[in-house]
Amino acid sequence: MPVSLSNSQIVYDALKKCGIGLVSALPETWLVHLIRMAEDDPEMILVRLAKEEEAVGISAGAHFAGTKSAMLMQNHGFLASINGIVSFAQLYRIPLLMVISYRGHFGERDPWQTQGGLATEPLLRALGIPYSFLDDPNTVEKRIAHAQTLAASSLHPAAVLLTRDLMWEE
Amino acid sequence: MMQRIECLRAIHHRLEDCLVVTIMGAVAAELQSVGHRSNFFYLQHAMGLASSTGLGLALCLPEQRVVVFDGDGSILMNLGGFTTLARYRPKKLVHVIFDNESLLSVGGFPTATATGSDLAALARAAGIPKAQTVHTAEEFKTSFDEAMNGDELACIVAKVEAAGPKGYVTELSLLENRFQFRRHIQKITGK
Repeated sequence: MPVSLSNSQIVYDALKKCGIGLVSALPETWLVHLIRMAEDDPEMILVRLAKEEEAVGISAGAHFAGTKSAMLMQNHGFLASINGIVSFAQLYRIPLLMVISYRGHFGERDPWQTQGGLATEPLLRALGIPYSFLDDPNTVEKRIAHAQTLAASSLHPAAVLLTRDLMWEE
Repeated sequence: MMQRIECLRAIHHRLEDCLVVTIMGAVAAELQSVGHRSNFFYLQHAMGLASSTGLGLALCLPEQRVVVFDGDGSILMNLGGFTTLARYRPKKLVHVIFDNESLLSVGGFPTATATGSDLAALARAAGIPKAQTVHTAEEFKTSFDEAMNGDELACIVAKVEAAGPKGYVTELSLLENRFQFRRHIQKITGK
């Protein structure tokens, strides 16, 4: 599978370094290695979801419990979570670190991903969710740490977008 | 028919040492009218996510007793989450679903439980170890006590009348409740 194992490791290590103790996830191609790393990590609580919106509730519960969490999701999972993000995380000022695989953007061959790709950034902007791109292994750690810091200080969702440049090797 | 508030009154004294998460509407307003505590969090929107919030709490604080007060309309919006809860089956979580077979606060239109969908059967089929339906306050109290003393995920479906308070807005602001709840947990766990 041409999903980058080494860059997935860099992303995972960055999450660990900023103290993430719980990740929720719904499998998607680009997230496969990240989910396996969470599975293999005895210190990490991995919550396997049926649908991504559940992750908002789980992360809120984790926040109340004093545990830092991250949501691993495809951009279509972000679309599926919007009510929870607005009417729980934003309404109640819950910090969320959303790690979103940015499918359907430049280089995408799967036609079914393309519409979601077009909607992702406009929707993040419409919701006022700050985001940055993970596109270079050298800046991943810093950008994830910055997103986590902002989510925690603003008590608001913040997103990092996993890009094809980082995740896909061919 | 059994009233929701009767059930809440019958078990309120047992909620002192738990982390309690409720859904919006009548459940939140009635629990507050019976008596608010700093260990109660009322999710006044995001229907479906009260059970997921309970799961997040239970996974991060496995020693704490967690009680979720859910409703038929809410759980039907998150049946996937029901299976997630069953998958992790936190031992100290008690999931109460008040089933009034309707969406009471928005005109009382019937939900699928009015036409036969059986939430306790769904819970069992999802893999929740212990699930039962109760029809009287006495039965409710007995099964709640049993669940609270037990050591496995329990789901209690309480069939209640589709009746609630006059209004749903309470004096407690959403953010005040949220910060109070977080501070309570910080105080008891040091986390």
